[in-house]
Amino acid sequence: MPIEVKNLTHTYSAGSAFQATAIRNVNLTIEEGEFIAVIGHTGSGKSTLVQHLNGLLKPTEGQILVDGEDLNGEKVDRRRIRQKVGLVFQYPEYQLFEETVAKDIAFGPKNQGLSADEIDSRVHKAMEQVHLDYAKYAERSPFELSGGQMRRVAIAGVLAMQPKVLILDEPTAGLDPQGRDRILGMVKELHQAGDTTVVMVSHSMDDVARLATRLVVMSRGELVATGTPREIFKQVKMMESIGLGVPEAAKLCNMLRQRGVQLPDDLYQMEEARDAILARWKEVR
Amino acid sequence: MEARIKLENVSFTYEEAEEPALKNVSLQIMPGEFVAVLGHNGSGKSTLAKLLNALFIPTEGTVTVCGMDTKIEEKTLPVRQRAGMIFQNPDNQIVSSIVKEDVAFGLENMGIPTEEMLPRIESALSAVHMNEFADKAPHMLSGGQKQRVAIAGVLAMEPDVIIADESTAMLDPSGRKEVLDTVRRLNRQKGITVVWITHFMEEAAQADRVVVVSDGQVVRDGKPQQVFEEIDTMRQLHLNVPHMTELAHQLREAGMPLPHGILTVEEMAEEVMKLLCPSK
Repeated sequence: MPIEVKNLTHTYSAGSAFQATAIRNVNLTIEEGEFIAVIGHTGSGKSTLVQHLNGLLKPTEGQILVDGEDLNGEKVDRRRIRQKVGLVFQYPEYQLFEETVAKDIAFGPKNQGLSADEIDSRVHKAMEQVHLDYAKYAERSPFELSGGQMRRVAIAGVLAMQPKVLILDEPTAGLDPQGRDRILGMVKELHQAGDTTVVMVSHSMDDVARLATRLVVMSRGELVATGTPREIFKQVKMMESIGLGVPEAAKLCNMLRQRGVQLPDDLYQMEEARDAILARWKEVR
Repeated sequence: MEARIKLENVSFTYEEAEEPALKNVSLQIMPGEFVAVLGHNGSGKSTLAKLLNALFIPTEGTVTVCGMDTKIEEKTLPVRQRAGMIFQNPDNQIVSSIVKEDVAFGLENMGIPTEEMLPRIESALSAVHMNEFADKAPHMLSGGQKQRVAIAGVLAMEPDVIIADESTAMLDPSGRKEVLDTVRRLNRQKGITVVWITHFMEEAAQADRVVVVSDGQVVRDGKPQQVFEEIDTMRQLHLNVPHMTELAHQLREAGMPLPHGILTVEEMAEEVMKLLCPSK
């Protein structure tokens, strides 16, 4: 189920004194099975872009086509499309509200009018996907859990709708290292299982270097580059000029190259940097 | 020299909790130190922070801040003036609709006369490079700018200590850098003692000293170069080490004689160059 973004422009408060164009003429096709990381400064338009993908925001100009259907077309069943494109907001745990974890996760499927058995099986599966033990947590109040666990409950609520495309807006913000690793590990598993396309907004170059199959780089409301992490992270100057930088491994290799060490110009993973430096060292030793 | 902050056998138990959140902690922080506190969620590090400016009073033991015992009720306000706190969420600590009024809030509460307030506000805002925003509305600012306004509010009280409780957690990388650089500068230029609680190892790597809290106790206390060298220990504590410390460790395992204590990309490049081009 591809999503096509065509000539998308979004202006907030159009016509008022606070009018601000958040994104300008963005074109992007998200293919089935991709793991896309959207990176950019605060205010670069990342969140505005992803909020269009499930129809939460309407384009000021341009179109969003989900599986060929115009999401904002006149006779389109937006509800049905939204079920296929799940959006996890920033700090989604603030939106938990039910008495128990299981009830909170069941909220979406219930609204879809699914049978009790189906709802139950979806809650089980979603909890398994976010690594929360059903027996231990299903009947607990979500508000008794740690921040990281609450966030996983919120993500399970979206997964229970069984979306084909999962969008996560900064899913690790504010968590400790263990909480961050848990969430990212879980998203990676979901993607590797094969039937979920992932779009993740992130500030961490090191995280997206490990996970994404493609990067979308936003700056000042425009899509300025897209490509594999290898293609993007070799453009150290461009990335620094828009205030993003590159993963530390890429930065190190770039620094060594500038000082005359012969290294490939497209290394960005820690293991690659390690092996390349070792190879050089064995030559001079 | 007398310690700015002194914890002697401090325990703290939340109401109705069975286990104490902090257990028999003793710690001294000297004037001018920049101390990072690390620990996973629930380790007790935020409890520790709140004990440092009398938001919490120890269940057992004594916390002394700038010579004042935080248990003594009359000392509560003076302690909070000497040791100012910046919190995590920039939106929860702004109280006014104009930046300079927000900075004035603490001074008004202290009963500082208006003619004295104005120069203090000006100097506090200029210390965080926010004077051009003095008449702006805080909600128009970025997260990093809001945190700098919060720091100005603390600075206006002319504190000896700044306690930052995960004050960069909700910011993007440039906002984080902006806030950390501001506090580092105040530490160096004005000698303000800093307790910097964080989840980011790269931030802790910039501190003079790192204190690691786990299960309500201080389990490591030393220079970042020493603390992060214990990669396995840090992992067991559900913490990480800086990427370059990890890479240096792997390269050493593979036989490269790199020194211990590498934290940053610059340090790593320097040491690798020494081995690859020994003549230069």
